[in-house]
Amino acid sequence: MRIEIDEISKQFGTTAALMPVSLAIPSGALVALLGPSGSGKTTLLRILGGLEFPSSGRVLFDGQDATGLTVQDRRAGFVFQSYALFRHMTVFENIAYGLNARPRASRPPKAEIARRVQKLLDLIQLPDIGARYPSQLSGGQRQRVALARALAIEPRMLLLDEPFGALDAKVRKELRQGLRDIHDETGLTTVFVTHDQEEAMELADLVVVMSMGRIEQIGKPADIRARPASQFVRDFITT
Amino acid sequence: MSDMPLRTWRPVTTEAPLFRTALIAVVLGILAVLLFAPLITVFYEALRKGWFAAITSLANPEALSAIKLTLLVAALAVPLNAVFGIAAAWFITKYDFRGKAFLITLIDLPFSVSPVVAGLCIVLTFGANTAFGGWLVGMGYPIVFALPGIVLASLFVTFPFVARELIPVMIEQGRAEEEAALTLGASGWRVFLTVTLPNVRWALLYGVLLANARAMGEFGAVAVVSGKIRGVTATMPITIEMMYNEYLSVAAFSLAGVLALLALVTLALKTALEIAHADALAANHRH
Repeated sequence: MRIEIDEISKQFGTTAALMPVSLAIPSGALVALLGPSGSGKTTLLRILGGLEFPSSGRVLFDGQDATGLTVQDRRAGFVFQSYALFRHMTVFENIAYGLNARPRASRPPKAEIARRVQKLLDLIQLPDIGARYPSQLSGGQRQRVALARALAIEPRMLLLDEPFGALDAKVRKELRQGLRDIHDETGLTTVFVTHDQEEAMELADLVVVMSMGRIEQIGKPADIRARPASQFVRDFITT
Repeated sequence: MSDMPLRTWRPVTTEAPLFRTALIAVVLGILAVLLFAPLITVFYEALRKGWFAAITSLANPEALSAIKLTLLVAALAVPLNAVFGIAAAWFITKYDFRGKAFLITLIDLPFSVSPVVAGLCIVLTFGANTAFGGWLVGMGYPIVFALPGIVLASLFVTFPFVARELIPVMIEQGRAEEEAALTLGASGWRVFLTVTLPNVRWALLYGVLLANARAMGEFGAVAVVSGKIRGVTATMPITIEMMYNEYLSVAAFSLAGVLALLALVTLALKTALEIAHADALAANHRH
């Protein structure tokens, strides 16, 4: 799905989290929103997911205005920073949550839900953990379960907030490849937020560098490296 | 080496043996004087003239009516306050708004206001000689010196318990799980039932148990609003006081024993639930 962000701004009280920003994300792209904390990248991601509404501007999905669409109707697979797994549910119940939440008419039968959950567990290469609770999983496993839960709703796009933030370096590298593989397999338009320039450059097709609520530069990793558009970008990608 | 005296090191957070013994003695002493002695006295006095006398005194219509009334008031006030408490905690923890600190203070108000004053306020607001109270009496629904007044007073004194238990837990858990459920397509109501409520169920249970204990034991506020009409508006604590004042000490202490047993049953119930769900509790806290 093609995503267009048209002059989106966001005020929290008197502070501006986002100046009017515009951005076009082609269908099937893997995009990184890169910037330091307070740059507005998470706010932009939450606006895309419908968890926050913009103060002005529009969001378009495949050319259709989606600005007023509720969070439920956006069908965005969202992976939260600390994963936000339901702690009182098993991994199986976590992944099945979105399917069980559908209205009766479009809810798949029990056996079909079980089949889909198992398929997702296979996809994240953790086929045998369905009966466990989130507290019994490692950080890397939790992240993958959160990804599977987001994919279970057959989302139109995948949004990830610092998906590798809470993990150690080795696991981070593995899961980076995991996300790339899942993106290539599903073809979903994917946007992830990160403050780690190496992660953004290595993983994304398109990198959006942000600072103080503004977009500093949009480009392919190689182009940004070769031709930083501002002093800020130059400094940020070399640290 | 062998002639060196062996020194055993104690952990840094442990006190010297003598000091430790003294501390334990103080605690046990306080428990004995404040908790065990009164409890034993209640049952000793109740059974002074034998089981038969105690049970007969409980079978008296006045005592029976008091037990029924107290259970009825708790059964009305506690669920209502569970709902109010959940709503207040939800509102305070999931939304940002001006005056939040003031609202929290307001919820705590019943802790700082004397129950007698609270009871008096109800009488002054809903009493038969006020416009609203008089109209209600005219309609045949008196509040003061009747069941609604007792329930209102119990609601007031037990108001903070559920909200107080829920607020810290809900603050600690944040909003991320609810947001996740919303992105997965769940409606607000479904999020509440399948995510919010299960996550706070233990805090809710503690709050309900505390509110229940207080609702059954409340004296001051209820004494003012009930009018202490024997066999009609006298709850257990009030009946106990009236019996004691009339030197019916076996009857008074038997009824007091029942009230104490109700509290002990609640406590036992809570402990049993904790043991039965130890795994779930641990899973909730480790996360």
